[in-house]
Amino acid sequence: MVLDDFLHLMPLLILVMGSLITMLVIAVKRYHKIIYIITMLSLIAAFASLFEIGIGEPYHISPLFIVDGFAIFYIGLILLSSLVVAMLSYAYFEQREERKEEYYILHILATLGACVMVISKHFGALFLGLEVLSVSLYGLVAYLRTRERSDEAGIKYLILAAMSSAFLLFGMALVYAMSGSMGFYEIGLYLAASQQVPLILIVGFGLMVVGIGFKLGVVPFHMWTPDVYEGAPAPVTAFIATVSKGGMVAVLIRFFMQTNGFNYPTMILIFTIIAIASMFAGNILALMQNNVKRILAYSSIAHLGYILVAFLAGNAMGIEAVTFYLVAYFITSLGAFGIITLLSDEERDAEQMEDYRGLLWRRPWTAAAFTAMLLSLAGIPLTAGFVGKFFVLAAGVRTELWLLVVMLALNSVIGLYYYIKIVAVMFSQTNVGHERQALHPSAYLVSGGTIALLAILLIYVGVYPAGLMQLIEALIISIYAPVM
Amino acid sequence: MILLWMIVILMAGGVLAWITGRVNDALPRWISLLTILANLALAVWLWLAEPATALVPKGAWIANLSIAWIPQWGVGFDLALDGLSLLMLLLTFVLGFLAVLVSWNEIYTKVGFFHFNLLWVLAGITGVFLTMDLFLFYFFWEVMLIPMYFLIGIWGHENRTYAAYKFFIFTQASGLLMLLAILSLYFIHGSQTGIYTFNYFELLGTSFSPAMGMWLMFGFLAAFLVKLPVVPFHSWLPDAHSQAPTAGSVILAGLLLKTGAYGLLRFVLPLFPEAAIAFAPWAMLLGVIGIIYGAILAYSQTDLKRLVAYTSVSHMGFVILGVFAFNELALQGVVMQMITHGLSTGALFIMAGFLYDRIHTRNIEKMGGFWATAPKMGVIALVFVMASLGLPGLGNFIAEFLTLIGSWQANNWLTVFATIGVVLATAYSLRILKKVYYGQNLTDHIIHDLSGREMLIMVPMVLLILWLGLYPQPVIDLAKPSIDEQLQAYTNVPEDRTISMEKSESTTQPTDTLSQLKTKGGAYGLR
Repeated sequence: MVLDDFLHLMPLLILVMGSLITMLVIAVKRYHKIIYIITMLSLIAAFASLFEIGIGEPYHISPLFIVDGFAIFYIGLILLSSLVVAMLSYAYFEQREERKEEYYILHILATLGACVMVISKHFGALFLGLEVLSVSLYGLVAYLRTRERSDEAGIKYLILAAMSSAFLLFGMALVYAMSGSMGFYEIGLYLAASQQVPLILIVGFGLMVVGIGFKLGVVPFHMWTPDVYEGAPAPVTAFIATVSKGGMVAVLIRFFMQTNGFNYPTMILIFTIIAIASMFAGNILALMQNNVKRILAYSSIAHLGYILVAFLAGNAMGIEAVTFYLVAYFITSLGAFGIITLLSDEERDAEQMEDYRGLLWRRPWTAAAFTAMLLSLAGIPLTAGFVGKFFVLAAGVRTELWLLVVMLALNSVIGLYYYIKIVAVMFSQTNVGHERQALHPSAYLVSGGTIALLAILLIYVGVYPAGLMQLIEALIISIYAPVM
Repeated sequence: MILLWMIVILMAGGVLAWITGRVNDALPRWISLLTILANLALAVWLWLAEPATALVPKGAWIANLSIAWIPQWGVGFDLALDGLSLLMLLLTFVLGFLAVLVSWNEIYTKVGFFHFNLLWVLAGITGVFLTMDLFLFYFFWEVMLIPMYFLIGIWGHENRTYAAYKFFIFTQASGLLMLLAILSLYFIHGSQTGIYTFNYFELLGTSFSPAMGMWLMFGFLAAFLVKLPVVPFHSWLPDAHSQAPTAGSVILAGLLLKTGAYGLLRFVLPLFPEAAIAFAPWAMLLGVIGIIYGAILAYSQTDLKRLVAYTSVSHMGFVILGVFAFNELALQGVVMQMITHGLSTGALFIMAGFLYDRIHTRNIEKMGGFWATAPKMGVIALVFVMASLGLPGLGNFIAEFLTLIGSWQANNWLTVFATIGVVLATAYSLRILKKVYYGQNLTDHIIHDLSGREMLIMVPMVLLILWLGLYPQPVIDLAKPSIDEQLQAYTNVPEDRTISMEKSESTTQPTDTLSQLKTKGGAYGLR
């Protein structure tokens, strides 16, 4: 380790320090506000350190890590999302009686895991990051132990995630057995050199798809999503929907870029089937739900399907589209779950349709923000979701993936129905509003402010996407050059 | 710049109305009234100033504006105004103005939010009529959807939720198909010229194989035919129109349907001439089916608003019949039809709203004999019923007459059948009058005659429809340059249906080299 290595790993090191300090402070005295501030500071510091790194040449920390523009962009995205989740968490956990301080340790560690995944270029680093993320999430999902569904969600996630990790590990082992290396680039070299891809290697990739698909929550590895989304505390759900999926998408892109995965029809076929199945299963199952968290869970399955459409386009435009869509989806998901968080009370989360009936007349601003989020998920103009969907469709049309593109259009229409259903409930006149027990207003100030910020960002990106596109173009360019 | 202002004024007015709605109910009404008046004044000013610009050779475009928006994709914020757009804008603001007045005493709940939605629908429609960039076009096309959904879904009648869903999903699904077509066009153009742009004038020069052209055209047609609506895709319309509040019905029938017609004129005709010619007989057949089917269904309705909604289906049949006749007479008829149908159907919906205010039903079986106590209302209803059946002297006559003459040159038999539709129109129109105003009053309600506010709404509409019927020349003059431009690709095609159509009353323009060129329009392009 030289000094430069430290510099380039600075965001991660700051996160490690943050979690350690948090732990020590808890050992001295449990004090929610202090812990919260430490968490926020470490996340902000980690984000600030990204500017220190800057985008120069890709920096390799052999053999495990690579820090390039692409990684910096995704780390930044993950850190900001994590920051937003932390901001939402304070009011949410403050009103619950349980021990809330450890939550922040797990939160920081999970973020760290996602960041490690983003910069990995080696199976070892990938697995390391994935496990740090997963193990933290086991704790986070089941954090509110006294709740009815919490244990169910936690155990389900634990078993399925462990299982999928095992698949991933076995797949990696098979790939390693054939290619003799674990670095993405070296595997790519091996693939390029061999005329016929050996069967064992294909099996290995197939097993890895199980692990990856599980984390992304795409069909047929999606079973856990609705239950975990429903059972986990609302901020944790927001975290799973964004940070954990975003990290995996980044790894997937890097792996495919470095191994030239887009040249193998089998892989393309597998992902095409997954994409179409995810879009349909997600949207159609969401139609039948009455629980807002479950609707959002199924909708996230569908949205990952959309992202895969752009991913399958496989060219520069496709990767940019994936990234853009991911940003839009992050903003929207965080906003949507943020609003659920905001409306939740001590006993349960605001997840039933009934909780939203007539919301527009009770809390007009919250309802307007939630409407904006839902319309963005549906891909309606003036929101980031529209530009994202446009980008994805454009990438698909460009590569002439007609089947996928038409499926996407069809699914957008199905999706529209259930988003509009929630909106309609919020706008309905029957006023059975029971006012929730209010907390100290300052607690809501942070959450409310966060959501307002997200809503403004959503509209801003929707109206003026050129800025974000420039940033994406400038930063993720590094992914195209296959480097060791 | 003035074009941008129109949209900005509407949007800002909407936000202001929403905010002030929290303070007081009257304020949003005044704000939206003034907002629309301001825009109406701008549009009228543009019209009056127009003769000066028309002296410029080939000045089909009265005003334009171009700002880079998403340069990475070649998306520009391109707005431009020609005679056709200007006419549509005038219609938009007149009907918008009336819609605000109509809701004055009808909407009492969430007044601020209502006017926000109203103004944003108008902003979306204004954008659609002005934009010269296909990305932006799709953008505005969607922008007008959401507020309309809310207008129907919140302030509508008893079955509003279902109607709002249906409206939204029909239009959204068809819009997405158009989006795919736009994207394909964009990439085809890009790969041919190396310039990736959504600019309308650039894309006009794209060439593609006939099969591709057909697919692309169907993408665009999907959106426009659903919006128009043409018969197999019309089923959203009766629900949406009858469930919407009066202002919503006026805007739906008067303006939203016209965006479909405008899209056909502005995009389908110049972009896909070959495909459009190949498809024309089918399109005209659909038009005729719509005319007759709409008329028959209108005759059998008992819900007054639903009845008027079906007459829209019938009248819009003339639009598609005329558009696919590809000659100037027919297109002049189409433009007239867009305007006069907006006024006459809007007026009928307003009348239905007035009746609903008084007796709280839309069922015409429960009405009758209202003339005795409400003669003013009866007279005005008579005028618009006559307009709807195409009585000479009122605007609709000019529109249908021109359309039928034009389409005769394109297809004799279909025109004959379309003319039957005019006869059917007489039947359903007179039925309205007979059921509602003549006969015995079956209710124990005493129907009050029109109030001062209501007269203020109706009298200008009567005057306008009379003016359009007696002296339509200004409209025809204003629309002519744009229509010529949309038809450029057709005038040189050696087909028997495109006999040179110089209209007697309009001044013959000297032919110059530009019109000799076989371009798809846009030779008068902005550059």
